[in-house]
Amino acid sequence: MSFLTLFIIIPVLTVIGILLCKNHIQVKWVAVAGMGLQLISAIALILMYLAERRAGNLAEVLFVQDNVWYQTLNIHFFVGVDGVSVAMIGLTALVVFAGIFASWDIKDLPREFFTSLILLASGVFGFFVSLDLFTMFLFYELAVIPMYLLIGIWGSGPRHYSAMKLTLMLMGGSALILLGLIGIYFNSAPNGGPLTFDLIKISKETLPMNVQLFFFPFLFVGFGTLGAMFPFHTWSPDGHASAPTAVSMLHAGVLMKLGGYGCYRVAVFLLPGAAHQLGWIFIILATIGVIYGALGAVWQKDLKYINAYSSVSHCALVLFAILMFNQTAMNGAIMQMISHGIMTALFFALIGMIYGRTHTRYINEMGGLMKVMPFLSVAYVIGGLASLGLPGFSGFVAEMTIFVGAFQNADVFHRVATIIAASSIVVTAVYILRVVGILLLGKIRNPEYEELTDAKWYDKISVVTLIFGITLIGVAPLWLSDMITQGLGPIVHKLLAAAPGLN
Amino acid sequence: MLIMRHELLLIVITVILLIVEIFLPNTKKRRIILPAILLMAAVTVIGFLPGTPGIMFGGMYQATELTMMFKNILNVGVLIVFIQSVDWLKQEQNKEKISEFFLLILSTLIGMNYMISAGDFLMFYIGLELATIPMAALAAYERLKEKSAEAGVKLIFSSALSSGILLYGLSMIYGTTGTMYFTDVAPLITGAPLQVLAFIFFFAGMAFKISLVPFHLWTADVYEGAPVNVTSYLSVISKGASVFVLTIILYTVFAKIAVLWSDVIYIITILTITVGNLFAMRQQNLKRFLAFSSIAQAGFILLGIIGQSQLGMTTVVYFVLVYIFSNLGAFGVIGIISNRTGKENINDYDGLYRTNPNLSLVMMLALFSLAGIPPLAGFFGKFFLFTAAAKQGYYILVLIALLNTIISLYYYLLVIKAMLLNNSDQPIAKFRSDNYTRLGLIMCVAGMVVIGFTSVVYEMVFNLSYGLH
Repeated sequence: MSFLTLFIIIPVLTVIGILLCKNHIQVKWVAVAGMGLQLISAIALILMYLAERRAGNLAEVLFVQDNVWYQTLNIHFFVGVDGVSVAMIGLTALVVFAGIFASWDIKDLPREFFTSLILLASGVFGFFVSLDLFTMFLFYELAVIPMYLLIGIWGSGPRHYSAMKLTLMLMGGSALILLGLIGIYFNSAPNGGPLTFDLIKISKETLPMNVQLFFFPFLFVGFGTLGAMFPFHTWSPDGHASAPTAVSMLHAGVLMKLGGYGCYRVAVFLLPGAAHQLGWIFIILATIGVIYGALGAVWQKDLKYINAYSSVSHCALVLFAILMFNQTAMNGAIMQMISHGIMTALFFALIGMIYGRTHTRYINEMGGLMKVMPFLSVAYVIGGLASLGLPGFSGFVAEMTIFVGAFQNADVFHRVATIIAASSIVVTAVYILRVVGILLLGKIRNPEYEELTDAKWYDKISVVTLIFGITLIGVAPLWLSDMITQGLGPIVHKLLAAAPGLN
Repeated sequence: MLIMRHELLLIVITVILLIVEIFLPNTKKRRIILPAILLMAAVTVIGFLPGTPGIMFGGMYQATELTMMFKNILNVGVLIVFIQSVDWLKQEQNKEKISEFFLLILSTLIGMNYMISAGDFLMFYIGLELATIPMAALAAYERLKEKSAEAGVKLIFSSALSSGILLYGLSMIYGTTGTMYFTDVAPLITGAPLQVLAFIFFFAGMAFKISLVPFHLWTADVYEGAPVNVTSYLSVISKGASVFVLTIILYTVFAKIAVLWSDVIYIITILTITVGNLFAMRQQNLKRFLAFSSIAQAGFILLGIIGQSQLGMTTVVYFVLVYIFSNLGAFGVIGIISNRTGKENINDYDGLYRTNPNLSLVMMLALFSLAGIPPLAGFFGKFFLFTAAAKQGYYILVLIALLNTIISLYYYLLVIKAMLLNNSDQPIAKFRSDNYTRLGLIMCVAGMVVIGFTSVVYEMVFNLSYGLH
C-alpha cells in the first residue's frame, strides 16, 4: 500500500471517530487529531518527495499504487504524486488544519459540521493524489457536495439561495467535465490497445485533433467553473459570503484550486493541441476575470464580498498563467494557487473572527480595530501585504513569476493581455489598502467596540499556522519552486511538442 | 424442473400462504407476516444457488443465467418491500386483508418471472398480464380511500389500453413472420413497413409499463393514490422487470432494426428525462415527486439500452439494481413517516433532521444515490450509463442527459433542504421506527454503499450480458 492512500484513509477514520464521539468537545479534538495527523503526513510526504528526488529518482510520478477496480472498463484505483500534487496536498493539509481551529466555536450540530468538513477535505485529498480520471472525478464530486450542507446549515445571510446556486453551478461544471472525460476515455488509445482512464498513459498518446477540439472546451469550462473563470464565477461571491468561516477558507483556499489544477492536469495536459488553438478564447476570459474581480472588489462594502472578488481575480490569474504555455508562467500558476490558497484562507479566517466580535462585515461600520484587537489586525495587514504582492511574501514570488513568464510570449496578443492583467496589481493595492485604512486604522467609531477582545488561543493557532505558510514560501521559495518545476517537466515538454511555435 | 426453479418456488409459497390464510381467524391475520417474509427470504436465498440453464415447452420458456440473475434481483427487491410493509400492514385498517397483500404481490412476481423467461410472445404476454392485473387490485388496496380506489381504476384502464396496443403490435408481428417464437421471429424482421408499425405498437405498450413520456400520464396519479408500499413496489420492481424484458426483446428479436429503434429511443430518452425532471420540480407531494423522478430515471435507463453493446445491457441491469435499493430506501422513509403521521408533503419534512436524524440520513443517502452523487452506487450507475451511450457516439444525448442530472439534483436537494436546512415550528415528532423498517432501510443503505464500491456485482452482470455487436 502506498503512503498516499493514508491521505484518504485518515479522513475516513476521522469521520468514523467523530460519529462515535459523545459530546462536541470530543468531536473537536478528534477532528484536530485527525487533521493534525494529516498535516504531519503531508509534511512527511514533502520531505520524502524531496529526498527521493535528491536521491536521483527521475520517475514521472512517485509513491504509486495501482489497483484494478472495474476490470471491464479498465478503471483503476491509481494514486501517485509529482511535485505539483505534493505542493497542493501540503496546501490542503495546512488550510484544513487551520480551518478546524477557525470553526472552534460552532455551536449548532458540531458533529455534522465537522463530518461534512472532513468529508469535503477527503474529496480534495483524493482528487490531488488520483491519477485515474474516474477516481479523480469521483473525488471531485465528493468534494463539492458537502458544500451544500455546510453553507446551507451553518451559513449566514441568504444561505439557502447561495448554497443552491453554488452547488448547481459547480455540479453543472462537473457535468461538462464528465462528458469530456468520457470523450477522452473513448479516444484514449488512438493506436489500438485497451481504452483507459489512466492519466499518465493517455498523456503519452496524441489524441486526434478533432477530438481534442471538441472536448477541450467542456473540460476547461467545467474545471474553470470551479476555478471561478469569468463568466462562470457568479457562484463564488454569493457562496463565500454566505459560508461559515472554515468553509470559506477551505473553499477559496483549496476547492477553487481544484479547478485550476484540473484545467492544467486534465484539460491542458491531455489535450495540448486544442489548448494551443483555443487558448486565446480562455486567455481573454481570464484577463477579463483578473480585472473584473479586482474592480469588483473595489466597489464592495462587505468584507467577505471584497475577499471573494479578490479571489476571483487571483484565480483567474492562475488560469491566465496556465494558458501561457511556458515553464516560467506555469510555475507561477502553481505558486499562485498555493500562495493564494493560504492567503485567502487567512483572510477569511480573520474576517470570520472579526465578524464574530463586531457582528458586522460592513467596513464602513467599523474602524480603529487595531486598538482593540492588535493581533488580528496585524495578521490582517500581513495578509493584505502578501495579497498585493509585497516582496518577502508568497504573493510576490507567484505574481512576479507569472508576469515574467507571460511576457516571454513575443506576440502582441499575449503581451497586451499580460499588460492588462498586470495592471490589476494596482487595483489590488487600492482595495487592500482602503480596507486596511478604514477598518484597522483611525478612531474607533462605534463606542461598543471598546469592549471587544482580541484573538483567543484557537484563533491564534489558526492564524499563526497560515502566516507561517505565507512567510515560508515568501522567504524561501526555492524548494517549492524546484518541486513544482520537476512536476511540470512532462507537461511543459508535451505542450512544446504540441505547439512548436512557442518558446 | 430445476430449470423453472424460481417460478415454482414462488408458486409453492403462494399456495402455502393461501392455505395458511384459510385457517387463520380474522383477528389473527397478523401471524402470517413473519412466515411470509421468511418464506420469501428462503426463496431469495435458494434463487442465488447455481441453477441449470435450459429450455422448456419447446422454447416457450427459457432460463439462462441472465434471466436467473434478473429474477434474483427482483426477489431481493420484493423481500425488501415485504419487510418495509410490515409497519403499515399492522395498522388497524388492514388487519383483515394482510395476506392479500402478500398473495397479490407474489402473483405479480410470478407473472414477471414468466415474462422475463419468455421465449415466445405468447408466454411474454401471459406473464405481462399476470404481472399487471393483480397490480390494480394492489393499487386499490385501501379501497375505502377515494384516491386509492381511483388509482386502481386508473391503473387497470391504462394497462388494458396499453396491453391492447401491445397485442395489436404482436399480432402484426405474427402476421408478417408467421411465428411467435423469439428465435424464429428475429431473422424474419426485415424492417418492412408493417413490422415497423408492429415495433412501434409493441414499444408503445412497453413504454406504458415503464412510464416513458408521452405514455406516462397515469404514473403520478396512480403513485399518489396507491398506498406507499404498493407505490414503491410499482415504481421499482414492476418497472425493473419491464425494463429487463424490453432490453432482452430489443437486443434479440428486433436486433436487425436496431438503427430504427435507436432513433426512436433517442427522442423518447430526451423527452422522458426532460419532462420527468421539469414536472418533478413542481411537486409538493412526495409520492408524486418520486413518480416524476422515477419517470426521469427510466429515461436514464434508456441511455443504456441505446448503447446496444454488452456494456449497454450491463449498465441497464446494474442501474436497475442500484435504482431498486435507492428508490426503496426513499420510499421506506416516506412510508414509515406516512404511517406514523399521515404526512406526505415536502414541507411537512421541514426540520426532520432535528427530530429524526437517522431517517433523514437514510433519505438523504437515497436521494443522493438517485441524483448520482459519489460515493453512493447511483454515481457508478449513472456514470456507466453515460459511458454506454457515449460508446455509440451519442455525445449530444449524453450532454442533454448530463444537464438533466443538474435539474434532478435541484429537486432532490429541495427535499434535503427541507429536512436539514429548514426549521419548522411543528416538525414531525420524534418516533421510534419498528425493527422491520430498520432492517429494510439498513438493507437499502448497505446496497447503496456496497454495490458501487465493490466492482464484483458489476463484473458479474457484465459476464452474463450480451450486446448486438
